[in-house]
Amino acid sequence: MSKFILEMIGITKEFPGVKALDNVNLQVKEGEIHALCGENGAGKSTLMKVLSGVYPYGSYSGDILFKGNTCQFKDIKQSEKLGIVIIHQELALIPELSIAENIFLGNEQSRRGIINWNETTVKTKKLLKTVGLAESPSTLITNIGVGKQQLVEIAKALSKEVKLLILDEPTAALNEDDSENLLNLLLHLKKQGITSIIISHKLNEISKVADAITILRDGQTIETIDVIDGGISEDRIIKGMVGRDLTNRYPERVSNIGEVIFAVENWNVYHPLHSERKIIDQVNLTIKKGEVVGIAGLMGAGRTELAMSIFGKSYGQKISGRLFKHGKELDIKNIPDAINNGLAYVTEDRKQYGLILIDDIKTNITLSNLEKISKTKVVNQHKEVIEAESFRQKMNIKTPSVFQKTGNLSGGNQQKVVLSKWIFSDPDILILDEPTRGIDVGAKYEIYTIINQLANEDKGVLLISSELPEILGMCDRIYVMSEGRITGELLKDDATQENIMKYMTYERGQYHEHEAANSK
Amino acid sequence: MSMKPQIQNDVSLENKSTTSILQVLKSNMRQYGMFFALVLIILLFQLLTEGILLKPLNITNIILQNSYILVLAIGMVLVIITGHIDLSVGSIAAFVGAISGILIINHNIPTILAILICLIIGAVIGAWQGFWIAYVKIPAFIVTLAGMLLFRGATMLVLDGQSIAPYPKSFQGISSGFIPDPIGNGGLHILTILLGLVFSIIYILMEQRNRKNQLRYDFEVSSNGLYIGKLVGIVALINIFTYVLATYEGIPTILIILFTLILLYTFVMKKTVMGRHVYAIGGNEKAASLTGVKTKKVTFLVFVNMGVLSALSGIIFAARLNAATPKAGNLFELDAIAACFIGGASAYGGIGTVGGAIVGGLVMGVMNNGMSLMGLGIDWQQGIKGLVLLLAVAFDIYNKNKAS
Repeated sequence: MSKFILEMIGITKEFPGVKALDNVNLQVKEGEIHALCGENGAGKSTLMKVLSGVYPYGSYSGDILFKGNTCQFKDIKQSEKLGIVIIHQELALIPELSIAENIFLGNEQSRRGIINWNETTVKTKKLLKTVGLAESPSTLITNIGVGKQQLVEIAKALSKEVKLLILDEPTAALNEDDSENLLNLLLHLKKQGITSIIISHKLNEISKVADAITILRDGQTIETIDVIDGGISEDRIIKGMVGRDLTNRYPERVSNIGEVIFAVENWNVYHPLHSERKIIDQVNLTIKKGEVVGIAGLMGAGRTELAMSIFGKSYGQKISGRLFKHGKELDIKNIPDAINNGLAYVTEDRKQYGLILIDDIKTNITLSNLEKISKTKVVNQHKEVIEAESFRQKMNIKTPSVFQKTGNLSGGNQQKVVLSKWIFSDPDILILDEPTRGIDVGAKYEIYTIINQLANEDKGVLLISSELPEILGMCDRIYVMSEGRITGELLKDDATQENIMKYMTYERGQYHEHEAANSK
Repeated sequence: MSMKPQIQNDVSLENKSTTSILQVLKSNMRQYGMFFALVLIILLFQLLTEGILLKPLNITNIILQNSYILVLAIGMVLVIITGHIDLSVGSIAAFVGAISGILIINHNIPTILAILICLIIGAVIGAWQGFWIAYVKIPAFIVTLAGMLLFRGATMLVLDGQSIAPYPKSFQGISSGFIPDPIGNGGLHILTILLGLVFSIIYILMEQRNRKNQLRYDFEVSSNGLYIGKLVGIVALINIFTYVLATYEGIPTILIILFTLILLYTFVMKKTVMGRHVYAIGGNEKAASLTGVKTKKVTFLVFVNMGVLSALSGIIFAARLNAATPKAGNLFELDAIAACFIGGASAYGGIGTVGGAIVGGLVMGVMNNGMSLMGLGIDWQQGIKGLVLLLAVAFDIYNKNKAS
C-alpha cells in the first residue's frame, strides 16, 4: 500500500451562519487520481480552497499534512511552492495575452526584471508537447477553444513543478472529444507520478479514471471508496451522494391542478457570443394551473438559460420555438412583452440582477408595474407607500419601514422584496430561479409558504433548484435537465433523488441510447 | 426655492409621534448639506464684498452669468444619474449658437423659427450620440469625447473661424431682457412683486394638498408648528427675493425659463414613470432591464434631452454675448459636470437630483462672482473651485460611509 501524499484531518470551515465543512477528512495516496464527489453545495470547492490556501490558515480548523509535514498556508503562493496547484472551474487565463505569457505569468523567466523571451518560448514548447497541445507559444488565449485553454492551464501547473494537481470541474465546459483528451492526459500524468484530485459531476468520467472516490454531503465526509479493478457503478456513487433524510422542511400543500396554462414547444437557444454553441436543445415543457413544476439539473445544465430565454429572450441568440398561454401562441420579443403576457422571472442572483440595492424597498417593489399606481404616467407616491407597506406585512419582510434601502437587508428579506416585486406585476406564471439560495432555514420555510400560496391562487410556478430535497418537497412534477436537454420528466410520486440524479448526469451519448430504448 | 423639501423624508422617520426640527435636520443633512453650504458661501461673500454680493444688480448678474451652465446642469444630472457622462455639451452649445447666428444674422430668419430649428438640431445631435451610446454600447465618455472634437470642429467650419454679430433685439432679449411691467410706473417693478405673491399662494396650496393627502393616507407628518414655520420661511424667502429683484429691473426673462425648467424636470424625475426608469437604470441597469425597463430607449432619450438643453444653452449664451463665436461654450461641460457632483450626484449613477445640480451650479456661480468682486485673479478662482469640487464630493462620500 502506497503512502499518503495528502491528508486533511478534521477540517471545519464556517461562513457566517453556515457550516460549509464539518470535520471533513480526505486522504490521497501518492500517484493516484482521487475523485471528489457531491451535490452542489456539498463543500467540494470549499475543501479545495482550504487546501490551496485561498482560505488561509486560521480561518478553518483541522490539520493539513502534505507528504507527512503539517502545512499552514497563508496564501496560494505558499501552497504552490510545495507543488499544490489548483485549476478553478472558471479558467484564470488572460485572454489578450499569449499562451507563453499566460503560462509564465507571475513566474516570468527573467533576469534582473528583464524577461528572457527565448527561454520562455523554449520552455513553453516543451510544456505544450507534454500536454499534447499543437499550438504556437505566441498564440493568444482568446484565439483557442475552451478545451485547449484547459490544457494551457495544466501546462501552467506543470511549469510550477506540480506534485498535486487539483481540477475543479475540468470538463464542465468541454465537448466529448476534448473531455476524452483531458482525461487521457491525466492518466498520462499519473504515469509520470503526478497525483491529481478531480472534482466532477460527470460520474462516468470518474468511474473511468479515478483510483479512489471520496464523497461529501452537506459538508461532511460520507465515505471513501477504493476503486478495485473492474471499476465502480455510477449507482453506487449516486447512493453515497444523496440519501439524506427528508425531515419536514416543506409546508404541506394540497395540490389542485387545473388545465395547462403555459407551454413551451421545441425551444432552441444558442450561446449569446458563440453562435454555433447550442445551449438549449429542443426543450418542451408545460405548466398547469396551480401546479409547481420543478426543473432539476446540475450547474451548467442550462436551467437558467432556458428560463431567461423564455422570459422575453433575455438570454441567448437564434432563439426558435413556440410559447403558448392558455393554448394561444404568444409573440414575445422583449421583457416588457413577457411581463405584459403575465410572465415573471425571479433571478438566481438577486443582488446583481434582481434589486437596485441603492434604492428603497418601495421603489424596488413597484418598478415591475409602475403603471398600476400611475395616472397618465405620473406615479402616485402615496398609493406606492400603501402598496409596498401591504407587501411588507403580507410577506413578512422584517424591516421597520418600506423606506429602508434594499442593500441593507438580509438575504432572506431581499428575496422577499424580489418576490413582492414580481407578485406586484400580477403574473400568471412565475419562474423562480434558485429562490432559496443563500438564505437561512427560517426564511426558506417562509419562501416555500409563499410559493404554495401562489399555487393555491391558481398561478403556475416553475421552480428551478439545485437542491434535490427542495425539488422533491415542493414540486408536483419535475423536469430534469442535462446539457441543455430535458432528459426526464417525473411525477411527484415517482421521483426519488436517485432517479433524478441519474437523469441529471445523462450525457449526450447516453441520452440517445435512452431515447432509443424508450422508443422500442 | 428650487430646494423644496420633500415629504418622503419626513415620513421615513421611525417614531410615530410628530417629528422635531432636529430630527428633520439630521435625517436630511445629506440632502440639504450642500444647500446650507450655499447659504454659508453667500453669507461669507456678502461679508467679504462688504454687501455688494446681494445688491439687486448683482443678484440679477449672478442669474444671467450662470443661466447657461444651469440649463446644462439640468440635462447633465440626468445623464449622470443613468451612469453616463457627456463631454460634448460645450461644443454642441457652440455649434448650435453658430447655427443660430447664421440663421438669424446672415439669413434674417425670424427669431422664434430660428430658435425652434436650433432646438431640433440639438435633438438630432443628441439622438446621434444617444444612438452610439444606447444601442451600439460604446462608452459615453468616448462617444461624447468624439462629439466634443467633432462639434467644435464643425463650429469653426460653419463660422469660418469668424464671429458673427450683432443679433436683433428680440433674440438678445432671451438672456438680457426682463419681464415687462404694465402696471408699475418706473419705480418698483410691480408685476415682479405680484408674481412673488402668486408663487407664494401656489406653493402654500400645493403644500396644503400634500399634507391633506398624507393625513388621509394616515402617514405621519411634521408637527403643526414645524409645518407652519416651514411655510412662513419659504414664503418669506420667495417674497424677499422678488422684492429685491423688483427694486432693480424686475424678473429677468431667463429666470422664468430656468424656473420653468427646474420645476418641470424636478417633477419628471420625482413623480413620473420616466423619472423612475432613469433612476432605475443608473441604480442597476441589468436589474432594471430584467424588470421590464426599456433601458436602451430611456438612455437614448436622456441623451436626446441633453442635446436639446445643450442647444438651449448655446442659444442663451449667444444671446448674452450678442455674437456667435467659435470659442463659445469652452469648458462648459466641466462646469456642468462639477455642478452635478457638488450637488450630490454619484459618479456611479443612480443618485442625484435636479435641485442638487442647481445648488451645485449656484455654489460655483456665487463663488465665481464673489471672487471676481473681491478682485481675485482667474488663476486663484480656478484653483479654489477645484478644491471646492473635491471637498464637496469628499464630504458626500464621508456622509455616505457614515450612513451605511
